[in-house]
Amino acid sequence: MSKLSKKHLLGIKDITTQDIQLIFETADTFKDVLNRPIKKVPSLRDITIANIFFENSTRTRLSFELAEKRLSADVVNFSASTSSVKKGETLLDTVNNILAMKVDMVVMRHASPGAPHYLARHINANIVNAGDGTHEHPTQALLDAYSIREKLGDVAGKNVAIIGDILHSRVALSNIFALQKLGAKVMVCGPPTLLPKFIGQTSVLVETDVKKALAWCDVANVLRIQLERQQIKYFPSLREYSLYYGITKKMLDALKKPIVLMHPGPINRGVELSSDAADSHHAVILDQVENGVAIRMAVLYLLAGSTN
Amino acid sequence: MQKKLILDSDLLDITLSRLCQQLIENHGDFDNSVILGLQPRGIFLAEIIQKKLRMLTRKEIPIGYLDATFHRDDFRRREIPAKASEVRIPFIIEDKKVILVDDVLFTGRTVRAALDAMIAFGRPAKVELLVLIDRRHTRDLPIAPDYVGKTVNTLASQKVLVELEAQGHEQNKIWLINNKD
Repeated sequence: MSKLSKKHLLGIKDITTQDIQLIFETADTFKDVLNRPIKKVPSLRDITIANIFFENSTRTRLSFELAEKRLSADVVNFSASTSSVKKGETLLDTVNNILAMKVDMVVMRHASPGAPHYLARHINANIVNAGDGTHEHPTQALLDAYSIREKLGDVAGKNVAIIGDILHSRVALSNIFALQKLGAKVMVCGPPTLLPKFIGQTSVLVETDVKKALAWCDVANVLRIQLERQQIKYFPSLREYSLYYGITKKMLDALKKPIVLMHPGPINRGVELSSDAADSHHAVILDQVENGVAIRMAVLYLLAGSTN
Repeated sequence: MQKKLILDSDLLDITLSRLCQQLIENHGDFDNSVILGLQPRGIFLAEIIQKKLRMLTRKEIPIGYLDATFHRDDFRRREIPAKASEVRIPFIIEDKKVILVDDVLFTGRTVRAALDAMIAFGRPAKVELLVLIDRRHTRDLPIAPDYVGKTVNTLASQKVLVELEAQGHEQNKIWLINNKD
């Protein structure tokens, strides 16, 4: 079976472990393509993809756009800040207008959880979720797990701690789904106010002491504090957060064991990660970015290739 | 399903030896020549030929694997996206004489894709095509091989099956299969 079980990539929750493995195997070949003198293949040359971003993004949008261009797709970009959405157009109308111009695939980021799922029920094109509010960010979780597999050989059996603002993070949720499907043990760590209320009822381990979390894990995936999503104060000050939950190179070196340090970006240097930690040999942050293009190429290739 | 034997082990060996002699005739000391096996099945044949040439000329001719999956023209026209194999080209293609090797030449579409895939690695001085089985009257594109093991008259509905020891089969055997009944 070398076909995805779904027509869309809406979230990691909906796809199977076999799907994830297939995406990884396909990404391996695309990673090889990206390291060639000519980094482009013509597979998607008759496909048009719309990148619809209702929320700001640099890395994800650039990564998707590069992946699309490396596959020779035609790309149109759309960002909400410069569009008719401001004039009161609905999501469905906006997307249907874009599709009327014969677009085959939609990559969408939206601030509302479930927006791509809603769209999937109403339109025919393939949809890739590039982040929906605080819900899921599937390609980020895939590239994180792929980077772990690349660095440690396998994801199964590894201890992975996700540290930071778990409550507001779509990266955390998608990562938990992906890592558990691949057989890793997952821990979340952060101030109690930034942990989801019912996390204790799941199979995810919970820790509030960052030193204990670091001592336990093989991989630390550190998340940014999402101030833009916080309407109330969850902790006294960024300085205090940094004091209790910020990770420094000294802390990592003191562990006396190999540890892989990941961050989905953008990093707030001096808050969740100190500069020397982010630039240390433990960090694979730039490898994650490189793998992101290969993973997104694999997802687009597999989704586009399965339709007729 | 009917199977007809086209080449058995002994005949195949004679055929391969002849192909190697033809290659020596054209490439002399193989100074600037490389072998490129087409994934997934041409690589086994490419390795056999490289081994034979090593015995005949005492030369180690560079060998690589080329995969043309992403350059195929039937993407989105088949049910399942084609799965890519490994590309391993441990040499520079620029200005080399490339011997492309595949087991069966049918419509010519794979070779067309392979030429595209190869150009992504550089501009070869010359490209030649070696195939073990050339299926006559089945070409969709104007592509002709330079070295042919055996030419076979086939129908589009028939299949040519290549079983090589290198692929884990008991004996080297090439079959023509009738899918009709």
